[in-house]
Amino acid sequence: MTVLAQAGTTVAAAADDPSCYSRLTNHWVCLSYWQDRSTDLIDATQQHLQITVLSVTLGLVLALPLSVIARRFTRLKVAILGLSTAFYTIPSIALFPILVVFTGITMTTVVIGLALYTLTILVRNTLTGLEAVPDDVRESATGLGYGSTRLLLKIEFPLALPVIMAGLRVATVSTVALTTVGSLLSYGGLGELLLDGVQNDFKAEIFAASVLCVALALSLDVLLLAAQWLMTPWTRARGA
Amino acid sequence: MLGDAYTYLTQWSNWTGSDGMLQLMFEQLLLTFTALAITVVFALPIALYLGHIGRGGFLAINISNIGRAIPTFAVLVLLSVGFVGTAELGPYGRAGLATLIALVLFALPPVVTNGYVAIREVDKDIVEASTGMGMTGRQVFWRVELPLAMPVIMAGVRLALVQVWATATIAALVAGPGLGNVITSGFYNSNYGKGLAGAFVVAVVAFALEMLTFGAERAVTPVHQRRSRRSEAPRPTVGAVM
Repeated sequence: MTVLAQAGTTVAAAADDPSCYSRLTNHWVCLSYWQDRSTDLIDATQQHLQITVLSVTLGLVLALPLSVIARRFTRLKVAILGLSTAFYTIPSIALFPILVVFTGITMTTVVIGLALYTLTILVRNTLTGLEAVPDDVRESATGLGYGSTRLLLKIEFPLALPVIMAGLRVATVSTVALTTVGSLLSYGGLGELLLDGVQNDFKAEIFAASVLCVALALSLDVLLLAAQWLMTPWTRARGA
Repeated sequence: MLGDAYTYLTQWSNWTGSDGMLQLMFEQLLLTFTALAITVVFALPIALYLGHIGRGGFLAINISNIGRAIPTFAVLVLLSVGFVGTAELGPYGRAGLATLIALVLFALPPVVTNGYVAIREVDKDIVEASTGMGMTGRQVFWRVELPLAMPVIMAGVRLALVQVWATATIAALVAGPGLGNVITSGFYNSNYGKGLAGAFVVAVVAFALEMLTFGAERAVTPVHQRRSRRSEAPRPTVGAVM
Protein backbone atom coordinates (compact mmCIF):
# COMPACT_ATOMS: atom_id res chain seq x y z
CA MET A 1 0.00 0.00 0.00
CA THR A 2 2.80 2.43 0.79
CA VAL A 3 4.25 1.70 -2.62
CA LEU A 4 0.97 2.63 -4.27
CA ALA A 5 0.61 5.81 -2.24
CA GLN A 6 4.14 6.83 -3.11
CA ALA A 7 3.47 6.08 -6.77
CA GLY A 8 0.39 8.29 -6.60
CA THR A 9 2.39 11.32 -5.47
CA THR A 10 5.05 10.70 -8.10
CA VAL A 11 2.43 10.65 -10.82
CA ALA A 12 0.71 13.75 -9.50
CA ALA A 13 3.97 15.66 -9.38
CA ALA A 14 4.82 14.53 -12.87
CA ALA A 15 1.42 15.59 -14.21
CA ASP A 16 1.94 19.21 -13.14
CA ASP A 17 5.28 19.27 -14.82
CA PRO A 18 5.15 20.30 -18.47
CA SER A 19 8.44 18.49 -19.17
CA CYS A 20 8.87 15.52 -21.47
CA TYR A 21 8.36 13.02 -18.65
CA SER A 22 4.95 14.26 -17.56
CA ARG A 23 2.17 11.72 -17.67
CA LEU A 24 0.72 13.27 -20.81
CA THR A 25 3.83 13.25 -22.97
CA ASN A 26 5.63 10.29 -21.35
CA HIS A 27 8.64 10.18 -23.68
CA TRP A 28 11.18 7.38 -23.58
CA VAL A 29 14.18 9.64 -24.00
CA CYS A 30 13.87 12.64 -21.74
CA LEU A 31 16.90 14.66 -20.68
CA SER A 32 15.09 16.68 -18.05
CA TYR A 33 14.19 13.44 -16.30
CA TRP A 34 17.89 12.58 -16.06
CA GLN A 35 18.55 16.04 -14.61
CA ASP A 36 15.60 16.29 -12.24
CA ARG A 37 15.91 12.78 -10.85
CA SER A 38 19.67 12.48 -10.92
CA THR A 39 19.77 11.63 -7.20
CA ASP A 40 17.40 8.68 -7.79
CA LEU A 41 19.51 7.47 -10.66
CA ILE A 42 22.78 7.85 -8.76
CA ASP A 43 21.41 6.10 -5.66
CA ALA A 44 20.05 3.18 -7.70
CA THR A 45 23.28 2.84 -9.67
CA GLN A 46 25.29 2.92 -6.45
CA GLN A 47 23.18 0.20 -4.88
CA HIS A 48 23.40 -1.82 -8.08
CA LEU A 49 27.19 -1.50 -8.13
CA GLN A 50 27.42 -2.38 -4.45
CA ILE A 51 25.32 -5.54 -4.81
CA THR A 52 27.22 -6.63 -7.93
CA VAL A 53 30.68 -6.07 -6.45
CA LEU A 54 29.81 -7.79 -3.16
CA SER A 55 28.28 -10.79 -4.97
CA VAL A 56 31.13 -11.30 -7.39
CA THR A 57 33.71 -10.87 -4.60
CA LEU A 58 31.92 -13.40 -2.42
CA GLY A 59 31.65 -15.73 -5.42
CA LEU A 60 35.36 -15.44 -6.11
CA VAL A 61 36.30 -15.96 -2.47
CA LEU A 62 34.26 -19.20 -2.51
CA ALA A 63 35.26 -20.34 -5.99
CA LEU A 64 39.05 -20.19 -5.62
CA PRO A 65 39.37 -22.61 -2.66
CA LEU A 66 36.61 -24.82 -4.09
CA SER A 67 38.55 -25.17 -7.34
CA VAL A 68 41.77 -25.98 -5.50
CA ILE A 69 39.92 -28.64 -3.47
CA ALA A 70 38.24 -30.01 -6.61
CA ARG A 71 41.60 -30.34 -8.32
CA ARG A 72 43.27 -32.10 -5.42
CA PHE A 73 40.47 -34.55 -4.59
CA THR A 74 39.10 -36.15 -7.75
CA ARG A 75 36.19 -37.61 -5.83
CA LEU A 76 34.97 -34.19 -4.75
CA LYS A 77 35.47 -32.72 -8.20
CA VAL A 78 32.28 -34.19 -9.66
CA ALA A 79 30.31 -33.12 -6.58
CA ILE A 80 31.69 -29.56 -6.57
CA LEU A 81 31.15 -29.07 -10.30
CA GLY A 82 27.70 -30.64 -10.12
CA LEU A 83 26.58 -28.54 -7.18
CA SER A 84 27.89 -25.26 -8.58
CA THR A 85 26.07 -26.00 -11.84
CA ALA A 86 22.87 -27.02 -10.07
CA PHE A 87 22.30 -23.52 -8.70
CA TYR A 88 22.04 -21.97 -12.08
CA THR A 89 19.16 -24.27 -13.01
CA ILE A 90 17.00 -22.54 -10.41
CA PRO A 91 15.59 -19.25 -11.75
CA SER A 92 16.81 -16.26 -9.72
CA ILE A 93 13.31 -15.15 -8.85
CA ALA A 94 12.75 -18.58 -7.25
CA LEU A 95 16.15 -18.78 -5.55
CA PHE A 96 15.71 -15.50 -3.68
CA PRO A 97 12.49 -16.58 -1.89
CA ILE A 98 14.14 -19.88 -0.93
CA LEU A 99 17.12 -18.00 0.56
CA VAL A 100 14.77 -15.62 2.38
CA VAL A 101 13.99 -18.55 4.70
CA PHE A 102 17.56 -18.35 6.00
CA THR A 103 18.56 -14.71 5.76
CA GLY A 104 15.27 -12.80 5.60
CA ILE A 105 14.38 -9.93 3.29
CA THR A 106 17.79 -8.29 3.34
CA MET A 107 20.46 -7.28 0.90
CA THR A 108 22.47 -10.27 2.18
CA THR A 109 19.91 -12.61 0.61
CA VAL A 110 20.32 -10.99 -2.80
CA VAL A 111 24.12 -10.99 -2.50
CA ILE A 112 24.27 -14.66 -1.49
CA GLY A 113 21.90 -15.65 -4.31
CA LEU A 114 23.89 -13.80 -6.94
CA ALA A 115 27.18 -15.14 -5.55
CA LEU A 116 25.88 -18.71 -5.91
CA TYR A 117 25.17 -18.05 -9.59
CA THR A 118 28.71 -16.80 -10.20
CA LEU A 119 30.08 -20.11 -8.85
CA THR A 120 28.91 -21.95 -11.98
CA ILE A 121 31.28 -20.07 -14.22
CA LEU A 122 34.02 -19.14 -11.70
CA VAL A 123 34.66 -22.67 -10.39
CA ARG A 124 34.62 -24.10 -13.91
CA ASN A 125 37.04 -21.57 -15.33
CA THR A 126 39.42 -21.59 -12.35
CA LEU A 127 39.60 -25.37 -12.53
CA THR A 128 40.19 -25.29 -16.29
CA GLY A 129 42.90 -22.67 -15.81
CA LEU A 130 44.68 -24.61 -13.07
CA GLU A 131 44.51 -27.87 -14.98
CA ALA A 132 45.94 -26.21 -18.09
CA VAL A 133 49.23 -25.37 -16.31
CA PRO A 134 51.84 -27.56 -18.09
CA ASP A 135 53.35 -30.36 -16.00
CA ASP A 136 56.85 -29.27 -17.08
CA VAL A 137 56.33 -25.91 -15.43
CA ARG A 138 55.11 -27.55 -12.25
CA GLU A 139 58.06 -29.95 -12.17
CA SER A 140 60.59 -27.18 -12.78
CA ALA A 141 59.14 -25.16 -9.93
CA THR A 142 59.22 -28.16 -7.60
CA GLY A 143 62.82 -28.78 -8.70
CA LEU A 144 63.67 -25.20 -7.76
CA GLY A 145 62.37 -25.91 -4.26
CA TYR A 146 58.83 -24.50 -4.44
CA GLY A 147 56.48 -25.95 -1.83
CA SER A 148 52.91 -26.68 -2.81
CA THR A 149 51.51 -23.42 -1.40
CA ARG A 150 54.16 -21.26 -3.01
CA LEU A 151 53.72 -23.23 -6.25
CA LEU A 152 49.99 -22.48 -6.20
CA LEU A 153 50.31 -18.80 -5.39
CA LYS A 154 53.40 -17.89 -7.39
CA ILE A 155 53.16 -20.17 -10.42
CA GLU A 156 49.79 -21.80 -10.94
CA PHE A 157 47.40 -18.94 -10.17
CA PRO A 158 49.32 -16.40 -12.27
CA LEU A 159 49.38 -18.80 -15.21
CA ALA A 160 45.68 -19.56 -14.81
CA LEU A 161 44.87 -15.86 -14.52
CA PRO A 162 43.73 -15.26 -18.13
CA VAL A 163 41.13 -18.05 -17.91
CA ILE A 164 40.05 -16.99 -14.40
CA MET A 165 39.70 -13.38 -15.55
CA ALA A 166 37.64 -14.47 -18.56
CA GLY A 167 35.29 -16.23 -16.14
CA LEU A 168 35.24 -13.23 -13.85
CA ARG A 169 34.20 -10.96 -16.72
CA VAL A 170 31.36 -13.27 -17.74
CA ALA A 171 30.25 -13.60 -14.10
CA THR A 172 30.35 -9.84 -13.52
CA VAL A 173 28.41 -8.96 -16.65
CA SER A 174 25.70 -11.53 -15.90
CA THR A 175 25.51 -10.42 -12.28
CA VAL A 176 24.88 -6.82 -13.29
CA ALA A 177 21.96 -8.00 -15.43
CA LEU A 178 20.69 -10.32 -12.72
CA THR A 179 20.84 -7.80 -9.88
CA THR A 180 17.66 -6.20 -11.31
CA VAL A 181 15.65 -9.24 -10.18
CA GLY A 182 16.60 -8.38 -6.59
CA SER A 183 13.79 -5.83 -6.82
CA LEU A 184 11.53 -8.68 -5.67
CA LEU A 185 13.10 -8.14 -2.24
CA SER A 186 13.41 -4.35 -2.72
CA TYR A 187 17.17 -4.62 -3.18
CA GLY A 188 17.46 -4.51 -6.93
CA GLY A 189 19.46 -1.35 -7.64
CA LEU A 190 18.34 -0.14 -11.05
CA GLY A 191 15.75 -2.93 -11.04
CA GLU A 192 13.84 -0.86 -8.46
CA LEU A 193 13.44 1.89 -11.03
CA LEU A 194 12.36 -0.65 -13.66
CA LEU A 195 9.71 -2.04 -11.33
CA ASP A 196 8.48 1.42 -10.39
CA GLY A 197 8.47 2.36 -14.06
CA VAL A 198 6.38 -0.61 -15.15
CA GLN A 199 3.90 -0.10 -12.32
CA ASN A 200 3.39 3.56 -13.20
CA ASP A 201 3.86 3.40 -16.95
CA PHE A 202 6.82 5.78 -16.58
CA LYS A 203 8.79 5.44 -19.80
CA ALA A 204 11.65 7.87 -19.12
CA GLU A 205 12.46 6.03 -15.90
CA ILE A 206 12.41 2.60 -17.60
CA PHE A 207 14.62 3.79 -20.42
CA ALA A 208 17.13 5.47 -18.10
CA ALA A 209 17.40 2.41 -15.85
CA SER A 210 17.85 0.05 -18.83
CA VAL A 211 20.56 2.22 -20.38
CA LEU A 212 22.41 2.62 -17.07
CA CYS A 213 22.25 -1.11 -16.43
CA VAL A 214 23.83 -2.03 -19.76
CA ALA A 215 26.36 0.80 -19.41
CA LEU A 216 27.33 -0.46 -15.96
CA ALA A 217 27.88 -3.98 -17.31
CA LEU A 218 30.04 -2.75 -20.16
CA SER A 219 32.08 -0.41 -17.92
CA LEU A 220 32.86 -3.17 -15.44
CA ASP A 221 33.81 -5.47 -18.32
CA VAL A 222 36.26 -2.90 -19.69
CA LEU A 223 37.62 -2.28 -16.18
CA LEU A 224 38.30 -6.00 -15.66
CA LEU A 225 39.90 -6.24 -19.08
CA ALA A 226 42.23 -3.39 -18.13
CA ALA A 227 43.00 -5.07 -14.79
CA GLN A 228 43.87 -8.28 -16.60
CA TRP A 229 46.15 -6.37 -18.98
CA LEU A 230 48.00 -4.86 -16.02
CA MET A 231 48.25 -8.14 -14.10
CA THR A 232 49.62 -10.27 -16.91
CA PRO A 233 52.55 -8.36 -18.43
CA TRP A 234 54.14 -11.60 -19.70
CA THR A 235 51.31 -12.25 -22.15
CA ARG A 236 52.09 -8.91 -23.80
CA ALA A 237 55.84 -9.39 -23.96
CA ARG A 238 55.35 -12.42 -26.17
CA GLY A 239 53.02 -10.41 -28.36
CA ALA A 240 50.29 -12.99 -27.85
CA MET B 1 7.33 -19.43 6.77
CA LEU B 2 8.16 -23.02 5.83
CA GLY B 3 4.95 -24.12 7.53
CA ASP B 4 2.90 -21.57 5.56
CA ALA B 5 4.51 -22.75 2.34
CA TYR B 6 3.69 -26.35 3.18
CA THR B 7 0.09 -25.44 3.96
CA TYR B 8 -0.18 -23.56 0.68
CA LEU B 9 1.25 -26.45 -1.31
CA THR B 10 -0.94 -29.08 0.30
CA GLN B 11 -4.19 -27.18 -0.16
CA TRP B 12 -5.65 -28.62 -3.33
CA SER B 13 -7.70 -25.47 -4.06
CA ASN B 14 -4.46 -23.56 -4.66
CA TRP B 15 -3.67 -25.86 -7.57
CA THR B 16 -7.00 -25.89 -9.37
CA GLY B 17 -9.10 -23.16 -10.96
CA SER B 18 -8.29 -20.48 -13.51
CA ASP B 19 -5.46 -18.90 -11.43
CA GLY B 20 -4.46 -22.16 -9.79
CA MET B 21 -0.87 -23.31 -9.95
CA LEU B 22 -1.62 -26.09 -12.44
CA GLN B 23 -3.08 -23.61 -14.92
CA LEU B 24 -0.14 -21.21 -14.38
CA MET B 25 2.35 -24.05 -14.78
CA PHE B 26 0.66 -25.13 -18.01
CA GLU B 27 0.74 -21.54 -19.27
CA GLN B 28 4.44 -21.20 -18.49
CA LEU B 29 5.38 -24.58 -19.98
CA LEU B 30 3.44 -23.68 -23.13
CA LEU B 31 5.30 -20.35 -23.36
CA THR B 32 8.66 -22.03 -22.73
CA PHE B 33 8.26 -24.71 -25.36
CA THR B 34 6.74 -22.36 -27.95
CA ALA B 35 9.69 -19.98 -27.58
CA LEU B 36 12.18 -22.83 -27.72
CA ALA B 37 10.48 -24.34 -30.79
CA ILE B 38 10.51 -20.98 -32.61
CA THR B 39 14.22 -20.58 -31.88
CA VAL B 40 15.14 -24.12 -32.89
CA VAL B 41 13.08 -24.01 -36.10
CA PHE B 42 14.15 -20.58 -37.33
CA ALA B 43 17.53 -19.68 -35.78
CA LEU B 44 19.28 -23.02 -35.38
CA PRO B 45 19.37 -23.87 -39.13
CA ILE B 46 20.98 -20.49 -39.85
CA ALA B 47 23.60 -21.05 -37.14
CA LEU B 48 24.35 -24.55 -38.44
CA TYR B 49 24.61 -23.29 -42.01
CA LEU B 50 26.99 -20.51 -40.95
CA GLY B 51 29.06 -23.12 -39.13
CA HIS B 52 29.06 -25.32 -42.23
CA ILE B 53 30.32 -22.56 -44.57
CA GLY B 54 32.52 -21.08 -41.82
CA ARG B 55 31.16 -17.54 -42.04
CA GLY B 56 29.64 -15.13 -39.56
CA GLY B 57 31.49 -16.58 -36.57
CA PHE B 58 32.05 -13.17 -35.03
CA LEU B 59 28.33 -12.54 -34.79
CA ALA B 60 27.43 -16.10 -33.80
CA ILE B 61 29.84 -16.06 -30.87
CA ASN B 62 29.32 -12.48 -29.77
CA ILE B 63 25.56 -12.78 -29.62
CA SER B 64 26.12 -14.70 -26.37
CA ASN B 65 28.31 -11.97 -24.91
CA ILE B 66 25.77 -9.31 -25.79
CA GLY B 67 22.88 -11.40 -24.45
CA ARG B 68 24.58 -11.71 -21.07
CA ALA B 69 24.87 -7.95 -20.56
CA ILE B 70 21.18 -7.29 -21.23
CA PRO B 71 18.89 -7.76 -18.22
CA THR B 72 15.88 -9.94 -19.05
CA PHE B 73 13.84 -7.86 -16.66
CA ALA B 74 14.58 -4.65 -18.62
CA VAL B 75 13.67 -6.30 -21.93
CA LEU B 76 10.39 -7.58 -20.52
CA VAL B 77 9.58 -4.12 -19.18
CA LEU B 78 10.52 -2.36 -22.42
CA LEU B 79 8.42 -4.76 -24.50
CA SER B 80 5.34 -4.71 -22.30
CA VAL B 81 5.28 -0.98 -21.60
CA GLY B 82 6.32 0.13 -25.04
CA PHE B 83 6.33 -1.67 -28.30
CA VAL B 84 4.11 -4.69 -27.68
CA GLY B 85 1.81 -4.06 -24.74
CA THR B 86 0.25 -6.36 -22.18
CA ALA B 87 -2.78 -7.58 -24.10
CA GLU B 88 -3.97 -11.15 -23.58
CA LEU B 89 -2.74 -13.65 -26.13
CA GLY B 90 -4.89 -16.77 -26.23
CA PRO B 91 -3.58 -19.54 -24.00
CA TYR B 92 -0.41 -17.54 -23.32
CA GLY B 93 -2.22 -15.20 -20.94
CA ARG B 94 -1.63 -11.57 -20.05
CA ALA B 95 1.32 -9.90 -21.80
CA GLY B 96 1.66 -13.15 -23.73
CA LEU B 97 3.20 -11.67 -26.86
CA ALA B 98 5.69 -9.46 -25.00
CA THR B 99 6.77 -12.44 -22.90
CA LEU B 100 7.06 -14.71 -25.92
CA ILE B 101 9.27 -12.22 -27.79
CA ALA B 102 11.52 -11.79 -24.75
CA LEU B 103 11.81 -15.56 -24.35
CA VAL B 104 12.83 -16.06 -27.98
CA LEU B 105 15.40 -13.25 -27.67
CA PHE B 106 16.99 -14.95 -24.67
CA ALA B 107 16.82 -18.45 -26.17
CA LEU B 108 18.78 -17.25 -29.22
CA PRO B 109 22.30 -16.73 -27.78
CA PRO B 110 22.96 -20.25 -26.43
CA VAL B 111 21.29 -21.98 -29.38
CA VAL B 112 23.07 -19.90 -32.04
CA THR B 113 26.51 -19.90 -30.39
CA ASN B 114 26.49 -23.61 -29.59
CA GLY B 115 25.08 -24.51 -33.02
CA TYR B 116 27.82 -22.59 -34.77
CA VAL B 117 30.64 -23.77 -32.50
CA ALA B 118 29.40 -27.38 -32.67
CA ILE B 119 29.72 -27.55 -36.46
CA ARG B 120 33.04 -25.68 -36.47
CA GLU B 121 34.51 -28.01 -33.84
CA VAL B 122 33.97 -31.15 -35.91
CA ASP B 123 37.40 -32.61 -36.66
CA LYS B 124 38.63 -31.05 -39.91
CA ASP B 125 40.40 -34.30 -40.86
CA ILE B 126 37.08 -36.15 -40.83
CA VAL B 127 35.42 -33.48 -42.97
CA GLU B 128 38.34 -33.60 -45.41
CA ALA B 129 38.24 -37.39 -45.56
CA SER B 130 34.50 -37.27 -46.29
CA THR B 131 35.02 -34.79 -49.11
CA GLY B 132 37.87 -36.95 -50.39
CA MET B 133 35.52 -39.92 -50.50
CA GLY B 134 33.37 -37.95 -52.90
CA MET B 135 30.64 -36.68 -50.58
CA THR B 136 28.95 -33.47 -51.64
CA GLY B 137 28.79 -30.50 -49.27
CA ARG B 138 25.22 -31.43 -48.45
CA GLN B 139 26.14 -35.04 -47.66
CA VAL B 140 29.06 -33.95 -45.49
CA PHE B 141 26.72 -31.76 -43.50
CA TRP B 142 23.92 -34.29 -43.00
CA ARG B 143 25.95 -37.47 -42.57
CA VAL B 144 29.17 -36.27 -40.92
CA GLU B 145 29.03 -32.82 -39.35
CA LEU B 146 25.50 -32.87 -37.94
CA PRO B 147 25.70 -36.26 -36.16
CA LEU B 148 29.10 -35.42 -34.67
CA ALA B 149 27.97 -31.95 -33.61
CA MET B 150 24.73 -33.16 -32.02
CA PRO B 151 25.90 -33.28 -28.36
CA VAL B 152 27.12 -29.66 -28.39
CA ILE B 153 23.99 -28.51 -30.24
CA MET B 154 21.83 -30.22 -27.63
CA ALA B 155 23.87 -28.65 -24.84
CA GLY B 156 22.93 -25.27 -26.34
CA VAL B 157 19.25 -26.17 -26.47
CA ARG B 158 19.50 -27.30 -22.86
CA LEU B 159 21.04 -24.00 -21.77
CA ALA B 160 18.34 -22.18 -23.71
CA LEU B 161 15.61 -24.15 -21.95
CA VAL B 162 16.97 -23.23 -18.50
CA GLN B 163 17.27 -19.62 -19.62
CA VAL B 164 13.76 -19.49 -21.08
CA TRP B 165 12.15 -21.06 -18.03
CA ALA B 166 13.89 -18.51 -15.81
CA THR B 167 12.89 -15.60 -18.01
CA ALA B 168 9.30 -16.82 -18.16
CA THR B 169 9.23 -16.78 -14.35
CA ILE B 170 10.53 -13.20 -14.25
CA ALA B 171 7.69 -12.19 -16.59
CA ALA B 172 5.47 -12.03 -13.50
CA LEU B 173 7.41 -8.95 -12.31
CA VAL B 174 5.92 -7.08 -15.27
CA ALA B 175 2.41 -8.49 -14.81
CA GLY B 176 3.03 -11.28 -17.28
CA PRO B 177 1.74 -14.83 -17.20
CA GLY B 178 3.04 -17.95 -15.47
CA LEU B 179 4.05 -19.35 -12.09
CA GLY B 180 6.09 -16.29 -11.18
CA ASN B 181 2.78 -14.70 -10.26
CA VAL B 182 2.53 -16.94 -7.21
CA ILE B 183 5.95 -15.69 -6.09
CA THR B 184 5.32 -12.00 -6.76
CA SER B 185 1.81 -11.90 -5.33
CA GLY B 186 3.10 -13.73 -2.26
CA PHE B 187 5.91 -11.24 -1.73
CA TYR B 188 3.97 -8.09 -2.59
CA ASN B 189 1.22 -9.02 -0.13
CA SER B 190 3.59 -10.13 2.65
CA ASN B 191 2.27 -13.68 2.23
CA TYR B 192 5.77 -15.13 2.23
CA GLY B 193 4.61 -18.72 2.61
CA LYS B 194 2.80 -18.45 -0.70
CA GLY B 195 5.86 -16.84 -2.32
CA LEU B 196 8.08 -19.63 -1.07
CA ALA B 197 5.60 -22.26 -2.28
CA GLY B 198 5.67 -20.72 -5.76
CA ALA B 199 9.46 -20.58 -5.73
CA PHE B 200 9.59 -24.21 -4.73
CA VAL B 201 7.31 -25.31 -7.59
CA VAL B 202 9.32 -23.24 -10.09
CA ALA B 203 12.58 -24.78 -8.89
CA VAL B 204 11.22 -28.33 -9.02
CA VAL B 205 9.95 -27.91 -12.60
CA ALA B 206 13.32 -26.36 -13.56
CA PHE B 207 15.12 -29.44 -12.25
CA ALA B 208 12.66 -31.77 -14.00
CA LEU B 209 13.25 -29.98 -17.32
CA GLU B 210 17.01 -30.16 -16.77
CA MET B 211 16.82 -33.92 -16.13
CA LEU B 212 14.63 -34.41 -19.19
CA THR B 213 17.03 -32.60 -21.52
CA PHE B 214 20.03 -34.24 -19.89
CA GLY B 215 18.52 -37.53 -21.02
CA ALA B 216 17.97 -36.14 -24.51
CA GLU B 217 21.55 -34.89 -24.70
CA ARG B 218 22.85 -38.30 -23.66
CA ALA B 219 20.66 -40.03 -26.21
CA VAL B 220 22.22 -38.08 -29.10
CA THR B 221 25.81 -38.51 -27.84
CA PRO B 222 27.59 -41.32 -29.70
CA VAL B 223 28.43 -44.19 -27.35
CA HIS B 224 32.19 -43.86 -27.70
CA GLN B 225 32.08 -40.21 -26.62
CA ARG B 226 30.07 -40.87 -23.46
CA ARG B 227 32.84 -42.25 -21.34
CA SER B 228 35.60 -39.87 -22.32
CA ARG B 229 33.31 -36.93 -21.59
CA ARG B 230 33.64 -37.39 -17.84
CA SER B 231 37.39 -37.50 -17.51
CA GLU B 232 37.75 -34.60 -19.91
CA ALA B 233 38.61 -31.23 -18.42
CA PRO B 234 35.41 -29.21 -18.02
CA ARG B 235 34.71 -26.97 -20.96
CA PRO B 236 34.27 -23.30 -20.09
CA THR B 237 30.57 -22.57 -20.42
CA VAL B 238 29.39 -20.52 -23.35
CA GLY B 239 25.84 -19.99 -22.17
CA ALA B 240 24.40 -17.24 -20.11
CA VAL B 241 23.58 -17.68 -16.47
CA MET B 242 20.19 -16.60 -15.26
